[in-house]
Amino acid sequence: MTAEQSRKLIVLVAIWAVLLFAPYWMAPLGGYTALATRVLVLGLAAMSLNFLLGFTGVLSFGHAAYFGLGAYGAGLSLKYLALSTPLAVLCGILLAGLCGAILGLLIVRRRGVYFAMVTIAFGQVFYYIAFQWSSLTGGDDGLRGFARQPIDLGFLKLDILTNANVFYYFVLFCFALAVGAMGFILRSPFGRTMIAIRENERRARFLGIPIERHIWIAFSLSCFFMGCAGALYALVNNFADPRGLHYSQSGDFVMMAVMGGMRSFWGPLLGAAIFVVLQDYLSSVTVNWMSFVGLLFILVVLFFPRGLLGFFQRSKA
Amino acid sequence: MTLLLLFNITNGLIVGAFYVLMALGLSLILNLSNVINFAHGGFLVIGGYIAYAISPYVGFWGALLLAPPLTAIIGLAVERVLIRPLYGRDPLYSLLLTFGLAFMIEDGTRFIFGPQGKPFAIPPFLAQPLSNDLFFITGYRLFMVAVVVIAIALLFLLLRYTRLGIRIRAGTLDLETVAALGINVRMLRSLNFAVGIFLAGLAGVLAAGQLGLEPTMGTGLLMPSFIAIIVGGIGSLPGTLVGGLLIGVASGITAVFFPAASEAVIYVMMAIILLARPRGLFGEEGMLS
Repeated sequence: MTAEQSRKLIVLVAIWAVLLFAPYWMAPLGGYTALATRVLVLGLAAMSLNFLLGFTGVLSFGHAAYFGLGAYGAGLSLKYLALSTPLAVLCGILLAGLCGAILGLLIVRRRGVYFAMVTIAFGQVFYYIAFQWSSLTGGDDGLRGFARQPIDLGFLKLDILTNANVFYYFVLFCFALAVGAMGFILRSPFGRTMIAIRENERRARFLGIPIERHIWIAFSLSCFFMGCAGALYALVNNFADPRGLHYSQSGDFVMMAVMGGMRSFWGPLLGAAIFVVLQDYLSSVTVNWMSFVGLLFILVVLFFPRGLLGFFQRSKA
Repeated sequence: MTLLLLFNITNGLIVGAFYVLMALGLSLILNLSNVINFAHGGFLVIGGYIAYAISPYVGFWGALLLAPPLTAIIGLAVERVLIRPLYGRDPLYSLLLTFGLAFMIEDGTRFIFGPQGKPFAIPPFLAQPLSNDLFFITGYRLFMVAVVVIAIALLFLLLRYTRLGIRIRAGTLDLETVAALGINVRMLRSLNFAVGIFLAGLAGVLAAGQLGLEPTMGTGLLMPSFIAIIVGGIGSLPGTLVGGLLIGVASGITAVFFPAASEAVIYVMMAIILLARPRGLFGEEGMLS
């Protein structure tokens, strides 16, 4: 094992250890388990976006739509279909992923700024649907009247509804599955091709790689992961909010990815942690927290465009 | 029925005129500098509130004349300090920055002027309907349309005949060559940005007179302006003009038959355009594809 490999292994073990014991070290530091759960869910969302943004290099600014679709998918399934948490998560993933895959066919026809604009605009479609179709989605008030259900494994009953720690581990389990799948895809030849497209699209095209199809697959996969995060978010709140589909939420996700470091796999999780804790704190001390979040955007773009991890990596090199 | 239809088409045209003002400014900035200005709605709000703040001293007409250039000056300062360092970097960064800026403008306006809407007085002779049958055609609406038409005509004259306009158009096609010919590209981008913000400021003053002032008044206009650009075709200002009017009228007509879908119909139009003609109605193949 080379020094580089063992260093990576140590970092990986450290990350998982921090995540595994979060309910135990958060409380003494003044946090609470539900905050850790939110960090995990939004971190998964930011990592799903970064799967597309950081590793394929195409800028989607409408990913909140698929996050929100995941949330509504899970909520509607719990409310109307069956009282089953795993089914709800699955429904959320499928709704977001399939919508993403269908719209992706239209979206991948464009690149660059145009791509960003089209993704924003299509994202807003779902916002308006959730907002207007009150009989199904609850409109402006959001979707209420459902709750996550305890999971019965046969030999063990997981009470994720009332026990915050058990729910945290359930979310961590889903997170691990999704992140594992993402890591596996990025290591595969397909993942390498995505990075090749990011680095030099023209060259990749000359090598005979079908660029549009690859970007479409990456976009769809990223929507499936996003749906998973959204479904978990609905379970966290027992509520689905139309504002979760709005483009300002997409901006938050992009910000998390950029702030943590777009070029690193774990960066967006770090960005999400900082963003969530900061927003939680700011909204408790000032009503003008929007200004501070806006200021944070500007400062990060001007002074830390590579994000925190990128900043550390560069200053080390 | 005919009256209702006419009423909604008029509404659509007027809303469309706002979309056009916004979208033309956005489009100018996007074409030359590759920046998606998310704060464009914020500048509209700034324009409206400047007009509100100065109108007790200079009156409605003074505010209409002074507020847009003042907004443009603020725009120049923002461009110089915040956006200029980002040219040449991934468009992601200017998008994020203007996104944060939009937050700050909205929240700042709320902080200074309060969250409640403010009325903006227009001269009484403009507020009256012109006839009893066509009650919806007030003098102010006609006046607004006239101002928008004049502004757009001046913009196209500027782009067609002045040195600045010709350089902006040349820079849109090939900025590198323009720079190689010894033209100060930084200055060009600044002035171009200011022209775009001027239009947003003008839209702000006009909107204030029609709808009153609110800190969030710009946000609702931003997304339709994006769609106007996409439908009309990126890189084409006449396309943006047609696109804005088209989606305004389309949503007006939909409001008659199926009110809940009046917002959604413009997205459907965008999807159809992207399917049938991905470059947009007037877009040229190869522009920013």
